[in-house]
Amino acid sequence: MKGEIAIQREHPTPASEPVDTLSATRPFLRVQGLKKYFRLRGGSFGLAGAYVQAVDGVSFVVATGETLGVVGESGCGKSTTARLLMRLIEPDEGQITLQDRNVGGHNGMSLRTLRRQVQLVFQDSYASLNPRHTMAEEVGFGLIAQGIKRAEARRRANEVLELVGLEPAIFADRYPHELSGGQRQRVNVARALALSPQLLLLDEAVSSLDKSVEAQVLNLLIEIKNRLNLTYVFISHDLNVVRFISDRVLVMYLGKVVETGPVEKVYTAPGHPYTRALIASRLSMDPSRRVEAAPVAGDLPSPINPPSGCRFRTRCPFAESVCSLREPPLEAFGDDPAHSAACHALIPGSGHSRAPAPGGEPSTRANGAPK
Amino acid sequence: MLWYVLRRLVYILPILFGVSLVCFSLLHLAPGDPMTAVMPEFGSEELIEQIKRSYGFDQPLPVQYFRWLLAVLSGDLGTSIVQDRPVWNELAPALVNTFQLAVFGVAISLVAGIGLGLLAGYTRRLVADRAITTTAIVGVSVPHYWVGLVLIAIFAVSLGWLPAMGKAPPSDAFGFDDVRYMILPAITLALIPTGIIARSVRATVIDVRKHEFVQTLHANGLPQRRIFLHVVKNASPTVLAIIGIQLGHLVGGSILVETVFAWPGTGYLLNNAIATRDLPLLQGTILVLATFFVLLNFLVDLAQPFLDPRMKRH
Amino acid sequence: MARRTTYVDETLTPQIAGGRTRIQRTYWQAARRRLVRDPVSMGCISILSLMVAAAIFAPWITPHDPYVTSIVNRLKPVGTPGYLLGTDELGRDMLTRLIYGGRISLLMGLLPIAVATLFGSVLGVVAGYFGGKTNMIIMRVADVFFAFPSVLLAVGLAGALGAGVVNVLISLSLVFIPPITRVAEAATTQIRTQDFVEAARATGASAPRIIIGHVMTNVSSPILTYASSLIGLSIVLASGLSFLGLGMSPPLADWGLMLNTLRQSIYLAPVNAVLPGVMILIASVCFNLLSDGLRTAMDVKP
Repeated sequence: MKGEIAIQREHPTPASEPVDTLSATRPFLRVQGLKKYFRLRGGSFGLAGAYVQAVDGVSFVVATGETLGVVGESGCGKSTTARLLMRLIEPDEGQITLQDRNVGGHNGMSLRTLRRQVQLVFQDSYASLNPRHTMAEEVGFGLIAQGIKRAEARRRANEVLELVGLEPAIFADRYPHELSGGQRQRVNVARALALSPQLLLLDEAVSSLDKSVEAQVLNLLIEIKNRLNLTYVFISHDLNVVRFISDRVLVMYLGKVVETGPVEKVYTAPGHPYTRALIASRLSMDPSRRVEAAPVAGDLPSPINPPSGCRFRTRCPFAESVCSLREPPLEAFGDDPAHSAACHALIPGSGHSRAPAPGGEPSTRANGAPK
Repeated sequence: MLWYVLRRLVYILPILFGVSLVCFSLLHLAPGDPMTAVMPEFGSEELIEQIKRSYGFDQPLPVQYFRWLLAVLSGDLGTSIVQDRPVWNELAPALVNTFQLAVFGVAISLVAGIGLGLLAGYTRRLVADRAITTTAIVGVSVPHYWVGLVLIAIFAVSLGWLPAMGKAPPSDAFGFDDVRYMILPAITLALIPTGIIARSVRATVIDVRKHEFVQTLHANGLPQRRIFLHVVKNASPTVLAIIGIQLGHLVGGSILVETVFAWPGTGYLLNNAIATRDLPLLQGTILVLATFFVLLNFLVDLAQPFLDPRMKRH
Repeated sequence: MARRTTYVDETLTPQIAGGRTRIQRTYWQAARRRLVRDPVSMGCISILSLMVAAAIFAPWITPHDPYVTSIVNRLKPVGTPGYLLGTDELGRDMLTRLIYGGRISLLMGLLPIAVATLFGSVLGVVAGYFGGKTNMIIMRVADVFFAFPSVLLAVGLAGALGAGVVNVLISLSLVFIPPITRVAEAATTQIRTQDFVEAARATGASAPRIIIGHVMTNVSSPILTYASSLIGLSIVLASGLSFLGLGMSPPLADWGLMLNTLRQSIYLAPVNAVLPGVMILIASVCFNLLSDGLRTAMDVKP
């Protein structure tokens, strides 16, 4: 992890890295124009119509067998996206396609089927497990809900507990308060695995754990993924962890995708100024290299009244008039077609002073954006 | 601030509407035809016809309700069946009597409650603590109408110090005799609020004394009087809220105590209304008392932010 | 690069050693255990059990007939031989009538709470779980009933319905449904936003299943604790309504009604006249103390 940005500029990541899964395999999950505005309560007389634009037009694909990392500051819409994917919240707009089948709608996939194929792992907290349920009850609850007999559910619960490294004889009849944080998180994973899903959404799944426990759980997740041929969407604010586990990364800011691409590309040659600031500010493994300053200057703007045009412009050092006029589309830049960002400074002919000339050399474009 | 008042107002209007609906339906809860409930048992033909017309029982229920509501809003609470007088004429003097007693009761509970609370808060010994907790439990458990009977048995029957029941015969000036009749019922009424105020004052005193700034004041050698002022400032919003709500409970819930002491207030009126099945009188009295209770709570809510700056944000 | 980051795979060691035998206890078992160890609660349970047992077996244990009047034996003082607690204004044995009175008085205190707990929890949990319009309608109606002082509401309803035990039961149930609904709603709202409820929804479980399996397991203890704290008040209120003549009809015995009929004799036999109130007080204090003990016992931190 030393000076990779400087090094990578001279030596781009070799294409042999398993990054370009997108074009090779059929997408497992396709999300198009996902949108969710939350209506604000309050105001008086029920007239006030303020909305929080939690997720605003998010599109992405997840290939079978890959791990997509989703990063961004808290409040950027990562968790809402996960809940929208699970249909725990109804999206206002947008289409979710799972293995070429639409979710919801008239002849689309039923929620029941969706929830057998996609499961969500929550951040460990006391709230993630029912304090009145034993681990076997908690893990087996979903199975019973899906119509499986009690004894069979119990057998399956023991099986998945074993799979996540918790000896059923010891843990099956325990209550959450009798477990450590890491053990509880394993139960969270077991509960999600009980229904034999193909895609796991991991929402800050290791964020609240101690570093050493975090490492164990991460390794467990990788092991399970390989063993069961799972696909992961890994949501976290911890850039190091995301880099460790992901094949591709999605960077979100205020409900929008600002950059996406293979993990090494995004980490070593970030295009969007926001991504760059995030990466520059993350905690280095080497304490002497840690940056004290906040990732980006200024506060996160209100998602109720997001800035016009590019949402990042209020905190962007390179903001120009074009940024407030038009919203930059997510476009490929640089030498990898899978790597794209939504920044006027990267789009040829956008009107931004730093934008590359139309038809310019792609390799200079990546570095063309100011440092 | 204006927003706050308006918001509270918007909140209580539907509640007042609901209260009026409940009171209206009290008449129709009565078993059988509401007519029979309202009719005096041996009423003459004309009287029955007159009542029928005045109540408009031939109309559909929503029409009846809005007619009734309009009448109520213009100050007409209907006609008492037994007395054949407007309900309001019965109610007005009873309300005055109930208020007299309630204010007296609140005054007693204020003095006794704050006194006991301060005492308990400042001594804070184990024994005092135990005594207060036990008193509190017994206080909320005791049937206060029964305490009224016990007080009568002791002070009126055994000792003969005070009159047992009723109100002083009317005289020109409010004098000692009036007070004598009020002492026992007022003490009975004050019982529960005293306990609640004492508990709250004690908790505030302990809380304030634990606070850093008070300990700083101590350290700076400030006189006890200044510290006491801090206690007063911190405890007053809570105590005010309690007094407001308890006053409402005293006025609204004094039916039992007034019955015990034969005090000619609204409770006594209600008791008579029930005994004679005078439903219009019952309905009117409950409507007025419940409305008063809602408005009192509203006022307490309004006053809160003025006394407690932490609540200004709302 | 990142893949080289030094995450060490440590062998998983269960935090609690499996070696020692662990007594398996559910939440309710633990709560019961704590309650049993509390002397005050156990004392209250004993007194209340005695009262209930005496009321149930009244015909076999009472020394006299509760209804046979005797002009000669009117208002005998407490301690009269053969009449341990004296006699009432019609010469009936007080002890006998107090024991018989417990039948109706305790029933009128307990039954409304049971009914109100049932309806209140259903309404509150439904309002809390589904939120939105459902919540608004249920809670606004509860607010309206809350706007009445409880005594006034009980008297108004019972007064309109007319005298009778059933009417008293109905009015008291209506009085206690709104507060229990509020408590159930608040507890449910708190639970429903927790991740484990979301996780249960994510497994495709239906709303009734989640309510029974996840919400009820967590809200039942605050609801029961709160409901138990209302029993004392319910007994006091029920006796109050009887005292106003809204409950039983005279020959029958009931603590509130006895207070009412003995009131006329307060000048002649003040002790006898207040005696039924002592029973109300004991029952109400015991229930309140027991409720306190229950709250402490159920407050097992998970």
